[in-house]
Amino acid sequence: MVREAQGAMAYKFDFSFLADRWPAFLEGAWLTIQLTVVAIVLGFVVGTVCAVLRVYGGGVLRRLVGAYVEMIRNTPLLVQIFIVYFGLASLGLKLGAELSAIIALVINVGAYTTEIMRAGIESIGRTQLEAADCLGLTRFQTVVHIVLLPAMERVFPALSSQFVLLMLASSVTSQISAEELTAVANVIQSDTYRSFEVYIVVAVVYLALSFLYRFGFWLIGQLLFVRRRRLGTAI
Amino acid sequence: MNQFTSVHVFYLLQAARWTLLLSLIALMGGGVLGLVLALGRVSRSRILRGLATTYIQVVQGTPLLVLLFLSYFGLSLAGYRLDPLIAAGLSLTFYVGAFLGEIWRGCIEAVPRTQWEASDCLGLSRFQQYTHVILPQAVRIATAPTVGFMVQVVKNTSLASIIGFVELTRAGQIVNNSTFQPFLVFLFVAAIYFAICYPLSVASRILERRLHVAR
Repeated sequence: MVREAQGAMAYKFDFSFLADRWPAFLEGAWLTIQLTVVAIVLGFVVGTVCAVLRVYGGGVLRRLVGAYVEMIRNTPLLVQIFIVYFGLASLGLKLGAELSAIIALVINVGAYTTEIMRAGIESIGRTQLEAADCLGLTRFQTVVHIVLLPAMERVFPALSSQFVLLMLASSVTSQISAEELTAVANVIQSDTYRSFEVYIVVAVVYLALSFLYRFGFWLIGQLLFVRRRRLGTAI
Repeated sequence: MNQFTSVHVFYLLQAARWTLLLSLIALMGGGVLGLVLALGRVSRSRILRGLATTYIQVVQGTPLLVLLFLSYFGLSLAGYRLDPLIAAGLSLTFYVGAFLGEIWRGCIEAVPRTQWEASDCLGLSRFQQYTHVILPQAVRIATAPTVGFMVQVVKNTSLASIIGFVELTRAGQIVNNSTFQPFLVFLFVAAIYFAICYPLSVASRILERRLHVAR
């Protein structure tokens, strides 16, 4: 053991694979971005609709959405991906790896968005709804024009960190051979035998991506919520 | 072709014990690391604060899967035998520590300033302030979010299957390879995870409600 440990001391890091493999990393990162942006946008729509149903819907709808949220939030993403990819294929519905990945990610992030947006919607004061009633707005108009934007503003920090977590979790889709960043790394490390270095590079790329996403969400927040109120102050 | 039978059910339930064990290792290791990080985050020393912040930022900005690969291949570089349980336990510890550190920092900071000032006036040392005044109150605040986070830990142990550790998800893959009924098998696997995680989710919610009532 001691001799082996000394061998490790002498271990020379070798990042030379980067010289000709860097475009593959970029392609992988690009596919990760595409997968996750689509999943985030669709998941946000699913989650927002579900959150509205959860708060304003009838008893049955409310319970259905509740069951969906609890089922997804209490099972691992990896198993959900397996059910969509292998499970549906065995039932005769063959979807590609990328499509399965997106579907699983949308279902997953939709559940988390539902729970976050529900908190936002419930935080909107009664008086806002009463005022909208007095103006003769329908339920639908009230939700769209009065409730949703301030609700989203309130929970925007939670939403954006959930979306960053989703981007990181998308690495799991490499297990059904969606050719995103982690899958690219798996291929390169099996070609070059430089596993440790390859995953260090990938970790750095993911770190950069998560900063990029956080900056993106900050920008979206600045554009969307023009009133420039401090978050957490009364609406 | 094999049918999905009670033998498989029993096998999956047995594998679930490894999921629980791995969760326990991750929680204990991550708990110790998380406490150190949380105290570092609220420390008066700028260097300690910077170190803890950097660690949390880096780990929270990296996928657990990549951490898993790093510790799996890193261990072999350091000259140790590759053991998926150790690699998984190690990377989950690093990962859980970063998140618990950030959660617990919030809980420590949620203890009112006046508690610090009052204990200052009583002449308590910094150490005494933590052990006798601040941490007992922070623990109360921290219970609900920590139990809630345990759900994430249990779910994240599923990634250990990828480096070949036979826990619940890997056992599901093995059963699936012999029965070719992925829909049934993975739904059953999901149901076992649900049976572990749902009580934790409910407990977290009840604890949170109780805390708010107490105020």
